[in-house]
Amino acid sequence: MSSFTERAVGRSVARKDGMGKATGKALYADDLTFPGMLYGRTVRSTIPRGRVRAIRRNFDADGFTVVDCRDIPGKNVIALIENDQPCLVEHEVRHVAEPILLLAHADRERLLAADVDIDYELGTPVLDSATSGVVFKHIRIQKGDVDARLAAAERVIEGTYRTGAQEHVYIEPNGVVAVPEDGGLAVYGSIQCPFYVHRALVTLLGDAVNHVRVVQTETGGGFGGKEEFPSVIAAHAALLALKSGRPVKIIYDRAEDMVATTKRHPSIVRHRTGVTRDGRLVAMDVDVLMDGGAYVTLSPVVLSRGAIHAAGPYRCDHIRIAGRAVMTNTSPNGAFRGFGAPQTQFAMEVHMDRIAEALGLDPVHLREINALRPGDTTATGQVLGSDCSALETLQRAVEVSGYAEKRAATDTGRRGVGISLFYHGSGFTGSGELRLASRAAIELTERGVQVLTSSTEIGQGTRTMHAQIVADALGVPYESVEVAQPDTSRVPDSGPTVASRTCMVVGGILQRAATEMRQRIGDSSPAEYFREHGSLRVEAEYEQPEWIQWDDETYRGDAYATYGWGCNVAEVELDPVTLEVRPGRLTAVVDVGKAIHPALAVGQIEGGSAQAIGYALLEHVVMRDGAMANGQLTNYVIPTTLDTPPIDVVLVENPYPGGPFGAKGLGELPMDGPAPAIVNAIRSLGIDVREIPALPEILLRASARAPGFAIAGQRKPTTAGR
Amino acid sequence: MRSVVSTLELRRPRSIREALTMLRDDGPFVPLAGATDLYVALNFGTLTATRFLDLWPLEPLRRVEMRGDVLSLGALVTYTSLTRSRLVTQRLPMLVDAARLVGGVQIQNRGTIGGNIANGSPAGDTLPVFAAADAVVVARSASTERRIPFVELYSGYRTTVLRPDELIVAVEVPALHGGQWFRKVGTRAAQAISKIVIAAIDGDAPRVALGSVGPVVVRARRAEQALAAGQGIDAAVAALQTEISPIDDVRSTAEYRRVVAGNLLREFWTRATGRPRPDA
Repeated sequence: MSSFTERAVGRSVARKDGMGKATGKALYADDLTFPGMLYGRTVRSTIPRGRVRAIRRNFDADGFTVVDCRDIPGKNVIALIENDQPCLVEHEVRHVAEPILLLAHADRERLLAADVDIDYELGTPVLDSATSGVVFKHIRIQKGDVDARLAAAERVIEGTYRTGAQEHVYIEPNGVVAVPEDGGLAVYGSIQCPFYVHRALVTLLGDAVNHVRVVQTETGGGFGGKEEFPSVIAAHAALLALKSGRPVKIIYDRAEDMVATTKRHPSIVRHRTGVTRDGRLVAMDVDVLMDGGAYVTLSPVVLSRGAIHAAGPYRCDHIRIAGRAVMTNTSPNGAFRGFGAPQTQFAMEVHMDRIAEALGLDPVHLREINALRPGDTTATGQVLGSDCSALETLQRAVEVSGYAEKRAATDTGRRGVGISLFYHGSGFTGSGELRLASRAAIELTERGVQVLTSSTEIGQGTRTMHAQIVADALGVPYESVEVAQPDTSRVPDSGPTVASRTCMVVGGILQRAATEMRQRIGDSSPAEYFREHGSLRVEAEYEQPEWIQWDDETYRGDAYATYGWGCNVAEVELDPVTLEVRPGRLTAVVDVGKAIHPALAVGQIEGGSAQAIGYALLEHVVMRDGAMANGQLTNYVIPTTLDTPPIDVVLVENPYPGGPFGAKGLGELPMDGPAPAIVNAIRSLGIDVREIPALPEILLRASARAPGFAIAGQRKPTTAGR
Repeated sequence: MRSVVSTLELRRPRSIREALTMLRDDGPFVPLAGATDLYVALNFGTLTATRFLDLWPLEPLRRVEMRGDVLSLGALVTYTSLTRSRLVTQRLPMLVDAARLVGGVQIQNRGTIGGNIANGSPAGDTLPVFAAADAVVVARSASTERRIPFVELYSGYRTTVLRPDELIVAVEVPALHGGQWFRKVGTRAAQAISKIVIAAIDGDAPRVALGSVGPVVVRARRAEQALAAGQGIDAAVAALQTEISPIDDVRSTAEYRRVVAGNLLREFWTRATGRPRPDA
């Protein structure tokens, strides 16, 4: 047995990717060049709906590779859940910026200058999700007898809440290089899920290649935006590389990335809630509508997570949640940190403050009496264990933030404070992890140990955190653990890097592999063992805890192995002249089970909170005729440092016994709470806002409805003179 | 970068005289200095011009000086040099306030007042300052020099009365009496384009100008008259509503701009009347 005892877990060790990124040595997709490489370009539709009648190429074809749908050797689909999204338009156009034709050329300027005219037969687009007749997915969650309890309730509170789309704004836009090799094809790119891309390419290319290899290059952020979308850009580069026989690079600029790639699903959530006069939730009827955009992509599972979280972290015996994701003629909406849960929990948490208002109760008290406790059941009937921390995070946040005093001081009409309580299921929903059957491996090398997974480092700390887990499970120094670059020909399929699963699920598999390796090498140190026996590779597969039961048909059972819990207290300052809301201090108390790397964990909470503050107050995807009209960073506004308040993060470590060292999911959790906390803080100033982004323009309309609310010396805001 | 750049023509005159000669003999050119606006269009592939005149090296256009009682600002004075100039800080503090809020540091280092004026965006942050200050634009050609009152410079949305052979060489700001005030309402706390922007000077004859409330910067003469005549702020706000014509765009709404324009005028007047008048 190794005698090394210094622990890495729980310490903020140096990041594995830190030096390469700090020194500029890390190679991103656009840093790669290959001999004979061409540049690729995507010709896209300019209409939201219709049919392509004719394509005219008004350029000298010399040196160009041109690909249309007839060049696809396999199936013309981007393989995902439903396979309804074509890689290239055949006839029907379903959204603006839909790919129709691909061009490649060695000279970027010639590529840029190539003029293509497309004639369309225009169709009538569906741009309003509420009127869409095409439903991608229905979900129904049923617990108890909602109708009877609503009818008998002492009070019924209703409300409708809306959330807008959101752009990921990863710092590095989507980009890939496809390289023909030995009868096959390698794709290098900025991607979260190499095996998703692998599967999509195999389906697309069929027998035209003898192998496909997908390699993740250093990636400048993802936030879900590089979960499913990279299959699209990789497919385009692959087709051009296959036809030209040369490496092809496609790198989107910011404008193309914003107009053509996925956004967070806009939502409309309606609540009808029966309560007792003293504030107990007796029945909840929730209707969730999500705008899926033009193709199914991941909408069914986004809807699923959104629906499961729609009743919030509250105990209630009678719950009905009806969800549907519908088609509209916009670019497909897709994965984004939180995956449906920020939308539905925004609605729930703002609704809770409206219930408190209607009953004359303090919002904290209302949450306290209803918060889920160990032994309670969720909407799907899951019985919670001792890893449930709703009440603890609530009480700690109230205490740490000085909520009560600040709430009492809101009557000046300028400084408000609001609260939100939230939770987030860790890992894939329901039986998803069982179906993924993820694998991860570790291997002895002459330098130490190498971690082999398909989990990607996208800035969140995957390499560092996995190395920490393996170091401690194996009893070796953190510095001796290397993490392999995800290359689908070398690493096992550990599932996608999504769903707050990379630490808890994949880290857990690695911990088991390392424990097994420790047993196999016995008293030797890894170096001794390697010298005597050569390399040793141990691979482990996900094992679902036996107690987990889930029924995909009825949506009953254990939706997630565990949950992260959180409570935000947000302070805001309202400018009465401009109705701008400046966020003040934000308190975030979060239960992450175990912070494997405290500095990275706090960084995830701070970064996620900042992203959620943007979602709440600034980030407005302006859609015109089905296309993003502000697809540039000058007009799609994310928070700068000056827009981001001080964030007090308190980590609670209530362990999940099934996670490595007790860790739960963490990456998405901070996205759920800040928006409703901020909107509730605005509500504390007497302004009834029920949608985000809560722009000054929205507050203007809401304050015009507010009795007695005055801005800048006016009795009422007016539009005099119009 | 979506524009083909290898076919663009860039001339680099070594003097103002040479620049003016090039404009007269080989024009038309689009003059550029910091290129902070131009690059946005170049990057998006929306730039239609193909011939450019690079004024950036022309040091004489960077002067900040007093000519008698008039503050003269060379066309190539950058936002950074405005914020560092004691003369501008003393004479025209509202321009310093405006300069501090334009873009980020890199933009402030490259962006010039001449460029801001010539670009003519109704959201240009320095334009209300020049409008309120009764500034004069000095336009020079190879043969003539003329002084155009700033408020007469724009003939419509992003168009000016400048001739193709003329360059803006300076902006002249007469002595101002009264407290100056500038406020920008952007889409966020920093690095934002204005939803609405105001510059104002108090005193017996208050002066008010606003940006982003019409196709060109608006000097709010009717509101000024209402204030000067002692008709009260409500009348001034009502008058202001008759001289602005805001629209809905990707940044804001006409409704918001109308209400907040009025609120800003109230804020200005509350400040102006709430402290001792310098000329009282």
